[in-house]
Amino acid sequence: MNNDYIISLIQQDKRVDERKFDEMREIEIETNISKNAEGSARCKMGDTEVMVGIKMDIGEPYPDNPDEGTIIVTAELLPLASPVFELGPPGPQATELARIVDRGIRESKCLDFKKLCIKKGEKVWMVFIDIYPLNDDGNLIDASVLATLAALKNAKIPKVENDAVVFGEFTNKKLELNKLPITFTFGKIGNKILLDLNSKEESVIDSRLSISVNEGNIHAMQKGGDKVITMEEVEQMVDMAIKKEKELRSLIK
Amino acid sequence: MTKLLINEREIVVPGEELAEGMDFLPSHGTYRDKDKIVSSKLGVVSVNKTIIKVIPLTGRYMPKIDDIVIGRVIEIGFYGWSVDIGSAYPATLSIRDATEFIDKGENLTKYYDYGDILAAQVIRTTRYNSIDITTKGPGLKKLSGGKVIEVTPSKVPRMIGKQGSMISMIKDATGCNILIGQNGRVWIKGTNLENENLVTKTIMKIEEESHIDGLTDKIKKLLESKK
Amino acid sequence: MAGYDKRFSGRKFDEMREIEAKVGVIKRADGSALFRMGDTIAIAAVYGPRELHPRFLQNPETGILRCNYDMTSFSVPERKRPGPNRRGVEISLVTEKALLPVLELKQFPNAVVDVFVEIVQANAGTRCAGISAAALALAHAGIPMKDLVSAVSVGKVSGKVLIDLDKEEEDVDDATDIPIAMTGRKQEITLLQLDGNLAKKDLMEAIKLAKQGCEKINKIQQKALKDAYKSVKNE
Repeated sequence: MNNDYIISLIQQDKRVDERKFDEMREIEIETNISKNAEGSARCKMGDTEVMVGIKMDIGEPYPDNPDEGTIIVTAELLPLASPVFELGPPGPQATELARIVDRGIRESKCLDFKKLCIKKGEKVWMVFIDIYPLNDDGNLIDASVLATLAALKNAKIPKVENDAVVFGEFTNKKLELNKLPITFTFGKIGNKILLDLNSKEESVIDSRLSISVNEGNIHAMQKGGDKVITMEEVEQMVDMAIKKEKELRSLIK
Repeated sequence: MTKLLINEREIVVPGEELAEGMDFLPSHGTYRDKDKIVSSKLGVVSVNKTIIKVIPLTGRYMPKIDDIVIGRVIEIGFYGWSVDIGSAYPATLSIRDATEFIDKGENLTKYYDYGDILAAQVIRTTRYNSIDITTKGPGLKKLSGGKVIEVTPSKVPRMIGKQGSMISMIKDATGCNILIGQNGRVWIKGTNLENENLVTKTIMKIEEESHIDGLTDKIKKLLESKK
Repeated sequence: MAGYDKRFSGRKFDEMREIEAKVGVIKRADGSALFRMGDTIAIAAVYGPRELHPRFLQNPETGILRCNYDMTSFSVPERKRPGPNRRGVEISLVTEKALLPVLELKQFPNAVVDVFVEIVQANAGTRCAGISAAALALAHAGIPMKDLVSAVSVGKVSGKVLIDLDKEEEDVDDATDIPIAMTGRKQEITLLQLDGNLAKKDLMEAIKLAKQGCEKINKIQQKALKDAYKSVKNE
């Protein structure tokens, strides 16, 4: 499909898949997709599909936060998921994806890091969040955030013996999430603002803004793309995110 | 002892035995192993007297001379254009096969630019899989506007239908311009998005159900229901 | 452990775990498949044949096959660090060799067919599940191939020759593990590895078991490929 076609449609207020500008694709979330993970989930957003797994281990806290556990978010853009992804260490796109997810969780304090402390200054929980796109048809960011929240919410804390994790055995205790901050990624094409872009739309994007919101408060933002956005557009996008957050939150069980 | 081991139009997979005996001849998508003819593709069996072939249900386009294809310019060099036609390798459109005389060193993007969609014809393929195409000829040109969708190349004959009956039916019902390349790329240009999307849906339906009897009636109903 | 009379899982010694096979699980790929054996889940995607870069890797005589086997970090009880390791590199190599004998890549000189295998959940036998998934994905991508390939691990645990070891059996001290892959029609061997300690008689018995297992897997693979296209037919 050529780019001019997509752009000319958008100028007529239409999208290739006949969605409205503020309409997300159909979302499907499945949890506990992998038995050895403390928590896991798969999020399908249209044809985009992302898997997230949670693993936990005991480690030492950072000296500046001796009574807090920590999260480590990694994203691997597997060449399995797209003809344009290549083997090798995470590049800028994978790193940005992981960082956006990380900040949404960290800054909203949806996971109480203090509760992840086992012994102050010595032992804390490290929560590994690993993101694996399975099929990239655009908007990996929002799908990754939803999968991450669903995986975290269902994660069971592993069994501990003599201060070490017994791998493969879980307690009934769950990780507690006290908020579910949802991320919405908008694209600006020409002077139009679209939500949840598919890969065809992403290929003609001028600028991009991801917004992590929780009950009207904004916890993380990331602007991408090569062109500018205006203050009015930011407001428009934030309004749309706040309007939509509840609907998406209800999908995380 | 000569016999068919499968039925005509049956779906077969690689390694499946199709016929026994030396009277049958293996064609595309099959091979002979001693007295057996075996499938080397996932596809549908076609038996023409003693010739057995497997028409693939999936896979890349294999270029044949004279095929009309729809491609996209992906590279521009000194001597012409590289065009993605959905085969394993890009095709080459050299300056002399592109249009009337082009001066050496001229800016080629003037003729065909990056991303342009072309209707072209395959004029040469070599053992090393260089594919040469031309845009000289009736109907061969840059396709402006519209969109391109992809289907399995082996299903193109079903899209076109007997004497073009299927494609005419879709054109008549939607008023869209449609061009189907042998490489499975379909260019669609209509007056509005709804019609173009109806064409897309119809073509996807043919793609999915190409091996089903009574397809034409089904497609007719689909087109009428959306009017 | 003396006398392994009953398997931990309750399976018979010649009984494989439950198998699930499905093609078309990754839309953007040219071909894809999921293959599950019990709690082991492999996903495979095929891209190509496509032009091989960098150019010096190209072979003008034939297309080449490139396989990459990897596990998700959360597929195993102790988190696996993302990215390649020595084990993954070796399994990628033997996967390639297990599939190559059936592939007809001569008609694609200078091109590459890429196969990516990802283990989503691991409970022993991951390379075998990966190979069975990859063979499905290759057929689904329309790559010309003489035959399908099916793989299963066989072995010996505490005196008993058995098929499709699970993690618990693999972890028994004296366990011998033999991953085997075979072509479908003639049952010729394309992968054979062994870790352990085994008499010749037991090895032959184990290979025989693998033959029976691969035959069943082949049937399941055939069905998965056909079902992907038949489902519409029966509407």
